[in-house]
Amino acid sequence: MSVIAGRLSPRDGLRVASVGLRVRPLRAALSALGIAIGTAAIVAILGLSASSQAGLLAEIDRLGTNMLTVEAGQSLTGQETQLPLDAPGRITLLGDVQVLAHTGLMKNEKVYRNSMIPAAESGGMQVRASSLNLLAVLSTGIARGAWLNAGTVHEPVAVLGAVAAERLGIDRVYPDQRIWLGGRWFNVAGILQPSPLAADIDTSALVGYPAAQKYLGYVSIARGEQRAGPPSTIYVRVATGHEAAVQALLAPTANPEAPDQVNVSQPSDVLTARAAAAGAFDSLFLGLGIVALIVGAVGVANIMIISVLERRSENGLRRALGATKQQIRTQFLTESILLAVLGGIVGVVVGVIATAIYAGTKHWVIVIPVEAWSGGIASAIVIGAFAGLMPAIRASRLPPTVALRTV
Amino acid sequence: MTAVLELDAVTKVYGEQPPVAALRGVSFSVQRGELVAVVGPSGSGKSTLLHVMGTLERPSSGVVRIDGVDAAQLDDRALSQVRARQIGFVFQQFFLAEHATVRENVADGLLYAGAPAAERYERADEALERVGLSHRTTFKPTKLSGGERQRVAIARALVGRPAIVLADEPTGNLDMTTGASIMELIRELNVAGATIMMITHDGGLAGQLPRQIRIVDGQVVSDAKATA
Repeated sequence: MSVIAGRLSPRDGLRVASVGLRVRPLRAALSALGIAIGTAAIVAILGLSASSQAGLLAEIDRLGTNMLTVEAGQSLTGQETQLPLDAPGRITLLGDVQVLAHTGLMKNEKVYRNSMIPAAESGGMQVRASSLNLLAVLSTGIARGAWLNAGTVHEPVAVLGAVAAERLGIDRVYPDQRIWLGGRWFNVAGILQPSPLAADIDTSALVGYPAAQKYLGYVSIARGEQRAGPPSTIYVRVATGHEAAVQALLAPTANPEAPDQVNVSQPSDVLTARAAAAGAFDSLFLGLGIVALIVGAVGVANIMIISVLERRSENGLRRALGATKQQIRTQFLTESILLAVLGGIVGVVVGVIATAIYAGTKHWVIVIPVEAWSGGIASAIVIGAFAGLMPAIRASRLPPTVALRTV
Repeated sequence: MTAVLELDAVTKVYGEQPPVAALRGVSFSVQRGELVAVVGPSGSGKSTLLHVMGTLERPSSGVVRIDGVDAAQLDDRALSQVRARQIGFVFQQFFLAEHATVRENVADGLLYAGAPAAERYERADEALERVGLSHRTTFKPTKLSGGERQRVAIARALVGRPAIVLADEPTGNLDMTTGASIMELIRELNVAGATIMMITHDGGLAGQLPRQIRIVDGQVVSDAKATA
């Protein structure tokens, strides 16, 4: 007699292994649910952190990384200093500087909704004089109303940063809308969109330099002449790729007499750091996902043990029909893996959908890291194998005569 | 003539304290084409004998030869192949898969013999024709009567054209008339060439078959061939 091992074709193997799933689909679905929930949680966490990171990086791309900020710093003795009046003009002369804008912070002026608000409730808002080209340099825009123009820079007219407008309770612009700024009424011309590269602007009320000089007394004397200023922050756009070179020159150019009293920074660095932080996933939810996976594995193991007990006679019949112990083991192991992988696939799909919906509301690009879905499926395979191993070994060790005795 | 099944001083002892001897030195041989009844009261060791003959259980001592091959020399894999190719089983409880069609159930008789799917289904249809169930191939077993189910189980045992079919109380779950038709089928299949060994506690049924081996307390008390 020739003994050729009767090996099942992959198709027959799958058919045999999926008997339990096909006969009891509800039970299979419920037992795979735990794994589905765990995988969905993990995929969604990884997908959301990757998508929010991608969203921030896209924002950085839009804003550009070639902006440098020059600010007045502190002297050696800790006193606040000022930038020279002609700092912007000198910086313009530097090579690789494309364009610059500047604002002057008026520390003593506050802004209020109206004249009845107590002076102490300044709401953390600032009053700044601004050059006209500020918005172009910051890559931000007007949310409502209009920006300052050559006419309104001379008038008591202010434009509010996004946060300042919110704190003042102003969400639209209409004629004769006024705020109490520096002890007199100013008309509100417009409200800005958030400017991520210059968070200070968000909390500011902006007026023209001439208006600051005329109504708020923001003046310096330079060469015997009164001029509005000085600027406290200068926003510089430089040729991409030359940021470092220009950065090194900015402090001595802005204040040649005391370059150490000038702070130079690259605001996009902060955003980049925030993007990196967003890429780091929430370990609490990841932990919950892993717990759900473990619970799911217990569920699958439980169902497999019951399945092996219930299907003793089928098991015995298969042995009588010529199945080897190995084949019985493989059958139940494959069934367990199938169960877990089904749960894993459902989980990945749900996780991707959850990510897509959330990223959609935030206008992010949908990013599902490869390791998220492949890891989800791979961990399901491992869980299935692990959960099914013991029941499969039990099934294969059951003597066929005992298996057949049960009616 | 070659013996398809040969038992030589087979014993089977269960347990340790105290050991229970289910078979005490059983010897007989079955030739190709025979139709044999193993008859005995319950507890006589019939079921153990079936399991040992079917290589589902190894004897404590003695030799079981299937088609001349000593089963004790084979490992689990080779022994499984003997069951897949040389032995067909028919059980009192039928053991049909309820989720699968009649054709699939019969074709599964060849699943572990390594036959490709197309051949399995072709031979399943042939086997179903032999048991007179060609018109039921796409039915689920739950839609069939008890007699029809047992015919499906017999077709599954025959589908691989085994050297011997071992039937354990094949009429035990059936009423008289249906049981009689199954006995008729078994005789027909034997005439057509199948070697069949039937285990029963019913002396009347056994008496209808050409050879009866009587078992009492794990020993063969008589082995008679009808001369008719």
